[in-house]
Amino acid sequence: MTPSTSSAFFALIRRDLMLSYRHRTELLNPLLFFVIVVTLFPLGTSPEKALLQTMAPGVIWVAALLAAMLSLDTLFKADYDDGTLEQLLLSPHSNSLLVLAKIISHWLVTGVPIILLAPLLGLFMFLPSEGIITLMLTLLLGTPILSLIGAIGMGLTLGLNRGGMLLSLLVLPLYIPVLIFSANAVDASLAGLSIKGQLYFLGALLALSVTLAPIATATALKISVE
Amino acid sequence: MTDATAGLQVKSISCTRGYRDLFSDLEFELSPRQVLRVEGKNGTGKTSLLRIMAGLAQPLEGEVLWQGRRINHPESEYFQDLLFIGHKAGIKYELSPIENLCMAKQLHGSKSDNGIEEALYQVGLYGFEDVPCAQLSAGQKRRVALAQLFLSSARCWILDEPYTSLDVAAVAMLESLFAEHINRGGSLVITSHQPVSVNAGEQFRLVLPSTQLEKCP
Repeated sequence: MTPSTSSAFFALIRRDLMLSYRHRTELLNPLLFFVIVVTLFPLGTSPEKALLQTMAPGVIWVAALLAAMLSLDTLFKADYDDGTLEQLLLSPHSNSLLVLAKIISHWLVTGVPIILLAPLLGLFMFLPSEGIITLMLTLLLGTPILSLIGAIGMGLTLGLNRGGMLLSLLVLPLYIPVLIFSANAVDASLAGLSIKGQLYFLGALLALSVTLAPIATATALKISVE
Repeated sequence: MTDATAGLQVKSISCTRGYRDLFSDLEFELSPRQVLRVEGKNGTGKTSLLRIMAGLAQPLEGEVLWQGRRINHPESEYFQDLLFIGHKAGIKYELSPIENLCMAKQLHGSKSDNGIEEALYQVGLYGFEDVPCAQLSAGQKRRVALAQLFLSSARCWILDEPYTSLDVAAVAMLESLFAEHINRGGSLVITSHQPVSVNAGEQFRLVLPSTQLEKCP
């Protein structure tokens, strides 16, 4: 990264954070969804401790995954509508780095609050402390993957009028490995087993998506603005 | 003129929209100190041509070269030398003019020394620099976008209908800025339904769907 590229990179993160701050009510939507889904589960099934504990990893992770997907809408849509996306793609700086900056700031305002809320919801579901720690670890590794993969899907469906349906079809299959390894890791930690394997897998997925997703997203965006 | 020093070359490009041919085999060259006005009725492909020249869209056939290299070639310096302002203003309504221009300057990697306050003063937005753009009028929003021209070190300006919703004074201000840009060795591609008079450099006119460049007196 040349100095001017890195300053553009951080300026873009700062701008997007500022924009989200000025639209903070929009950010609440996915978070509320996340909290509501998890809190409704005990009401819908039974408040029995053993049952909730076994369901907790899956329920919290499914809710987090759907909340992440809900929040994808705000990633490029506004930029596409007002023409700032065109200017971004015309920049002499590396487009994939700039796209990565956008994804990072998106994760900071959508993924991080989910991670911070998770322990509270874990308590709701009677998760013991080692389960909560594993849950937060998997969310820490997993939510960036959700943002990165979601960005590819969002880039591809941006120009379409009703891209929402297509977006979930494109993105959900790619989300499933993250869901499986994460929920499994929390389960394993409840049983007192090692969770190294699952965490390594999540780490590998994160490394893969952080390197490849911005490139794919930048290319998809170029096709979408045409 | 040799390829290495040539400005923007458009090589036999064609473009279609749906099943309609907009233009085909369009070929011309734009050197420094030249102005190209793209004219034509609505729907003749002015915006499509400009977007192809800016690298935002791909032509069906043909290619666009900058200094002898394809514009999307990895070593091409086109995007450092280009400033494109399209129909969409490319500004954020939630941000103030200053914040918008800071970002634009970073994004273009502009080497110009002109300050952002100075640029806003030039476009007559002095006193509005901290107001969110959403509260500005249509013409003022346009002026925020056009303030980028004062901050730009780009050599090739491609402007799509820059005069939309501007008043007479702003148009005159832009025209003197264009003349300055041309005298500095820049080139300009512009579409407008209003007359454009730039008192500098050589003037050309392309009236789509004709593919012949006319030299203006």
